[in-house]
Parts: sequence; C-alpha cells; structure tokens
Amino acid sequence: MTRPARSELVKIVLFLVAAAAILFLPRFVSDFRAQQFAYVGIYLIALLGLNILTGFTGQISLGHGAYMAIGGYTTAILISDQGLEIGGHVFSGDLQDVWTIPIAGVVAGIFGFLFGFPALRLAGLYLALATFAVAVATPAVIRKFESFTGGGPGINLFDSPRLTGVGGTDPETFEETPAGVSIGPFDIPTFNEWLYYLSWGIALGMFALAWFMLRGRFGRALRAVRDSELAAASAGVSLARYKTLAFGISAFYAGVAGSLLGIATTFVNPETFPITLSIFLLVGVVVGGLGSLWPLVFGAVFIQFLPLWAQSISKSPGAPAVVYGVILIAVMLLLPMGAAGLIRRVTWLASRLTTRA
Amino acid sequence: MALLELHDVEARYGPVRALGGVSLEVGEGEIVAVLGANGAGKTTTLRAISGTVRRTGRILLGGTNLARRGPETVARLGVAHVPEGRGTFAELTVEENLRLGGYTRRGSLDDDVRRMGEWFPWIEARRDQHAGTLSGGEQQMLALARALMSRPKLLLLDEPSLGLAPLVTREIFRIVRELNERDGLAVLVVEQNAAIALDVAQRAYVLEVGEVAVSGPSDDLARNESVRRSYLGY
Amino acid sequence: MAQFFQQVVSGLASGAIYAALALALVLIHRATGVINFAQGEMAMFSTYIAWTLTANHGWSYWPAFAATIVLSFIGGLAVQRTVIRPIERAPILTIVIVTIGLVLIFNGLAGWIWSAEVRAFPSAFPNETILVGGVAISVQDLGTIGVVLALVLALWAFFQFTKVGLAMRASALNPDASRLVGVRVGWMLGIGWGLAAALGAVAGMLAAPTVFLDPTMMQALLIYAFAAAVLGGIDSPFGAVAGGLMLGVGLNLLGSYIDFVGADLRLPAALLIILVVLLVKPEGLFGKPVARRV
Repeated sequence: MTRPARSELVKIVLFLVAAAAILFLPRFVSDFRAQQFAYVGIYLIALLGLNILTGFTGQISLGHGAYMAIGGYTTAILISDQGLEIGGHVFSGDLQDVWTIPIAGVVAGIFGFLFGFPALRLAGLYLALATFAVAVATPAVIRKFESFTGGGPGINLFDSPRLTGVGGTDPETFEETPAGVSIGPFDIPTFNEWLYYLSWGIALGMFALAWFMLRGRFGRALRAVRDSELAAASAGVSLARYKTLAFGISAFYAGVAGSLLGIATTFVNPETFPITLSIFLLVGVVVGGLGSLWPLVFGAVFIQFLPLWAQSISKSPGAPAVVYGVILIAVMLLLPMGAAGLIRRVTWLASRLTTRA
Repeated sequence: MALLELHDVEARYGPVRALGGVSLEVGEGEIVAVLGANGAGKTTTLRAISGTVRRTGRILLGGTNLARRGPETVARLGVAHVPEGRGTFAELTVEENLRLGGYTRRGSLDDDVRRMGEWFPWIEARRDQHAGTLSGGEQQMLALARALMSRPKLLLLDEPSLGLAPLVTREIFRIVRELNERDGLAVLVVEQNAAIALDVAQRAYVLEVGEVAVSGPSDDLARNESVRRSYLGY
Repeated sequence: MAQFFQQVVSGLASGAIYAALALALVLIHRATGVINFAQGEMAMFSTYIAWTLTANHGWSYWPAFAATIVLSFIGGLAVQRTVIRPIERAPILTIVIVTIGLVLIFNGLAGWIWSAEVRAFPSAFPNETILVGGVAISVQDLGTIGVVLALVLALWAFFQFTKVGLAMRASALNPDASRLVGVRVGWMLGIGWGLAAALGAVAGMLAAPTVFLDPTMMQALLIYAFAAAVLGGIDSPFGAVAGGLMLGVGLNLLGSYIDFVGADLRLPAALLIILVVLLVKPEGLFGKPVARRV
C-alpha cells in the first residue's frame, strides 16, 4: 500500500474512533461528568474561533469573553420572559433556545467585524491591551444597560419554557423531574446529556466548517497576513478585508459558544463572562497550539478540568491558584508550541523510526 | 603557535551548510584577508569566530577553544568584531557607542575616548551626536573605533568598504594598517574588494562554497593569473 | 480654587503611584517587547513582605522599605532567570501566558501565606495637612510624590551615567550588537526585571496605606498603570512618568467635578483612555512613532 493512502486511512479511522467516543461517552460516565464534557465542547467552539484570529491571522485578543457575553445575552433575551425591553419591543420568550444559537453567533459576529476596523490600526501587544481593556470593561457595561441585561443579577433562564431539555425542579423535594429530549428514535434522558450532545454536535459542525474554510484560499490568505503583512499585501491580499473578516468569524464562533454557555448555566449575569474567561480562552489556544485545529481539544480540556483538579489538590485559600499557575508555566516551558507542537514532534519521531525500520 | 587557529570549522543556518570545514590561521601582528564570491562563507567565517552562528570544529585563540563560547565571552577574550552593517547603536551618542566598546575593560575609559578622537578627528566635535545621524563612512569609522576601545588582541572586520566612497575606504584601510604597524594589532578582514584587501593584508585565503580553495601570501595571490581570473574577478 | 489645587495635589500623588508601576511595565517592554501582566501581583507580594517585616518582626518603616526594595529586586531577577529566560525565544504570546501564570501564582501565594483578609498598612508620613498659600495639602500626598520623584531621578541617573545602565540601554536597542561588545544581555534583562519589581514594590508600599493591603490591591492599579504607559508611550520611560501624573490628576478632577463619572467610572474612564490613545496615537504622547509595515 502506498504511503499517502495509508495516512488518509489512518485519519479516517481516527476520526471515526473520535466520533464514536464522543457519541458513546455519556453511556460510560456520570451525568455530572457529561455536563463537564459539555463545557469542553463549548470551550472548543470558542477556541476554534479565537484560533482563527490569533493562530491563523496573528491578532492577539484578550477580550473574546466579551463576544461570548454578547452571544449569551442575545440568547437569554430572546428566550426569557422577564419584560426585558429593547427599543419598545418587550421580549417574552419568542424563540426556542436552539434557534437563538445561530442568531447569537451572527450578532456577536457583527460586533466582532465592526471591532475589526479599529483593530486594523493596532498590532501585536497593542491589540492585546485594547482587547483586554474591552474585556475588563464588559461587566461594567452589562450592569449599566440594565433595561435589557437585567443588570447585576442578570437573567435567569431556568424557568423559561423555551429552554429545551429541562424537566424542572420540584420546589419541595428539590428533585429534578426526569426531562430530556427525544429526536426521532433517540432518547436523551437528562438535561446534561442533552447539553452534551448539543454542544458537541455544534462543535463538530463548526470544526468541519473551520477545516473547510482554512484549508483553501481563505486559510492561505489568513496565514499570509500573519506571516508577513507586506508580502500578503503585495500578493494582492486585502489586509483590511481579511483581518476584519477574521475578527467577524472569530466573534461568530465566540457568540455561539457564549449562547451555549448561557444555556448550559441556565442563567447569564456579568460574572458568567469575567475577564478570567477571556484570559483562559487565550491560554486554551496556546496550550492547544496556535494555528492548529484538533489539538485545540487539549486546550479545551485544559481550561475545563485543570481548575477543578487544582481545587481538588488543596483546599487552602490560594493554593489552587498556585497549582494552576505552576502547571500553566510548566506546560509553557515544556511545550512552548502547545499540544500541537508535541504531536508534531511525536509523529515526526514515529515516521523517522518507521522509515529506518 | 598562531594567535588564532581554525581547524575544520563547520557552520550551518538551519539546514543550510554555510561552512564545510574551514581551517585557517592568523599570526600575532598579522593582517589576513578572506576573499571569495558572494555566499562563499566569508561573513560566516567571522561569525563562527565571534560566536554569532552555531559552529563545530576547533577555534583556538591563544590556545583557548572558542567553539563552545557565546559572543559575549569571545568578546571578553579579546576578539572585537565589526559586523556587516556595522553594529553601531544608532539611538546612542557617539561617546556612548565608544564607551560600550570598552565595556569589557576595567577602569576609566577617558584616555581611550580621547585617543579615538586623535585617530578620527571628527569624533571630538560630535561626541554627543546620535550615531544614527552620521554618514555611512563616519558610522564605519565609529564601528572601528568602538571595536578598538576594547583594546582587542584580534580585530574582525566584515566588508569595511561596503557602500563607502573609495576615498573613505582608503582612509579606513590606512588606519587599519597603521594600527597594525604601530601596535601590532592582528586583523582578519573579509572583503569583496580583493585589490584593496590584498594590498593591506600579508596573507589571504580564498573561500569557495564554504571551503578554503586557495591560500598564500597576498603578493603571490595577486600575481597568480588563474587565481585572479577565477576567484578574484579582475 | 483652594479645593481645585487640593485635588490636583492628591491627583499627583495617585498619579505618582501609577507612574512608578507604569515605569516598571515600560522597562520590561522596552527591553523585551513583553507586557508583564504579573507586575501588579508581584508588587502586591512585595508589599506583603514589607508588612510582615513591620507588623511581625518589629522593623521600623524605612528599614523595612529599603529591605523590601532589595528583596523585590532579587525576586524579580530570580523570576526572569528561572521562568522567563527559558522561553526567551518562544512566541511573545507564550511569554504573555507565562506572566498570566505568574499572576495566579503570586495571587494564590499571598492568599495562602497571609490569607485574603484586608489589612491596614502603615504610612511613612504623618496623616496631617500643611497650609501652602491658603491651600491645605496632605503631607502623605507630598511624601508620595517626593519618594517617586526621587526614585525616578535615581533611575535616570543610573541609566545615564553608569556602565551597567548604558549596557542595559544598549541591550534593549540592539541585543546582537551588545553581545558583540561583551555585554551579557541575558543578565541585563534580569536586572531589568529586578528594577521593575523594585519599582512595583515602591508603588505597592505607597499605595497600601490608602487602598489597604489584600491580594487584589494592585489589580485596579495595574490597569491605571497600563493606561499611563499607553498614554505616555509604552516605550518611553519619561512618557510613563508624565502619563501617570496626567492620568492621576485627570481622573481625580473628572471624579470630583463631573458627577456622572464619580468614583465608579474611574476605571472605565482609564480603559477608555487606553482605547482612544491606542486608536488615535498608538505611540502615545511622548513615544516615537511606531513604524507599521503596511
């Protein structure tokens, strides 16, 4: 058998194994774990988006939590029935939650696209600082526009009939009534499992979308912009168009992830999207590997599970943060190119060994 | 024992091999020229000595092997490198550039700064001027003066004539020769302009694709027809 | 009018603190192109050391102040040598992430060692006012301004007149050429981190009597320092100082004369300054224009 055919086959097999693992994982883990893995899927979506901007186009954003907030609040406003009002229209749960997800993405995408224009003037760390400023200001801005964000307390979605898969809680026994979703012959028994399939379904779709976008002309143009703006411009790549587009697409991904995060937590308030969220997204992209695609899964797992793990090591105040910080630095020292760099090295070594043999 | 000896020095930029086993010598008080076409490895030879490129082999300076030392250490051992593009600090003043040149030395540098003013009379008036505002020739002279501030055992000069008017080039080589004759300064100079280099140097090496092709006393090389035609291009 | 001058002086005092921290950021950014997000947390940690020396070991203020500066210098140097140096050649983003890791570590360590409890911190200066031409001026404010100005002057003299200062400037401008003249550039960067940590320590110790001591005390100050550095030009030490003072006075006047801003919107106002300066004049008021490639 020829070499390329074998590697193609390996890819297909790996993909099928991964898909099967994702499909059957909830059968083997607790409901609580399923929820945690749902968050991994959500972070993966956000990381895919941030990586299009930072990894492929070279623009650092420390403010992607802000686009997630836009997505989360868009969904919350569309499905809640709390008398929130924008321009005279009072929202009263007009849409089912799943239909608000693409809307949330588009709204965030428009904001991202627009922010892309001033961002054209900024390079490197200057852009990082500007986006950082936006992320720090986001909670204050949310509190300020109380009439449609619910201010500090935020918006509770748990009571919304538009939230799919929630059974509701018995007010006396606090037991969750069985809920879930049926799609054709498939029964998804709990809200957490539903969340899991929803976020991973969307994550896989958006993964495929990113893959298709980045492998062709568009991806080449983005990489050209990252590697040398001058060369890209002289090769006829419109910098303004690609940079703003990258910002918009990236924010679209973040908006979708934010929408899912709102649905998953069943409420949104300013603390749902803190500055640390923006920072950890960037951490996730770097840990996964700038400019990579599927290794971002490691980044998503890292930002979901490392804090929990650090918490479980020591309960003393401050200790988990120290553990997290030490591991973060250790990962950066050992794998400055992230998981993707490690994978490249391992496959390179493996191919060296097999060709020798 | 010669002042500087290179034995089988190899150097590469990533996967590209720039030097493939160069051996050469510079004796005490000697001026030696390295000639060759573009890409022959002349600049890399100097960079291998000063440690600004990764290299293997043995580079002995008075018996100390430099091959594993970084550029800071090589400079501290008495090698002053005037690199391509001169390596002056455009944002610093002329005097600050000179004082940086004497960074590795102890004690006051005032006398040496004054001495540089004697070698290069224009320096006196422009001590507080930023180096970036100097003309190309003045910057080259400043780079040379800065290198001399360290009172080196060995001076490495990379294409001192590059982009300079012939008159300025001649002045620079006159000073180099005078330093050599008066203070016994050893010099290894890389030059594109073979005529002027052979005129000032006692011996020369001709490099070709990273290896020494011909070497010998300058006069012999200058007189040798075939060397002239195939390597020196005049 | 008297009140106006009072506000200006107290604005200069907070501005002096922003300036010290901004100067720390600028020192590191000039030399390596990295923004140290942990600068504020390192300063907070230093302030806790000073507090321990005075409160638990019975040191008097100025010896503790001096010892903290020295310890912070050593700490900053050690952080650069152990954590930053191994990734010197990694992408800038990797280094930024490492400084974020340092934020977590110093913040966590402070909470671990000293608990998150809010504590009082002594001031070197009496809590009095003196009358200057009918204007009551706080001695603490004057002291703060004086300490920072003395420090800035000392630092300027160090960079201008000493061999190591010159070598540090050279390393920041052209590391390769600096190596060729025998400068150990790695150590220069380490000393830069040490000086930055020492500056941060001073900022922390001067701020602590008013903002009180707790593990989050420097977080808002760091944002003000960012704003000051950006305002003055992130590569200009002079700009950092001027930017800090301008920001302090400006925010103080805004806060006391424009009701809408008040105390709550000081931070967003600083963020707005960052954004506007970055968009309109990215090189800042005192920086050299940044050469953009396209």
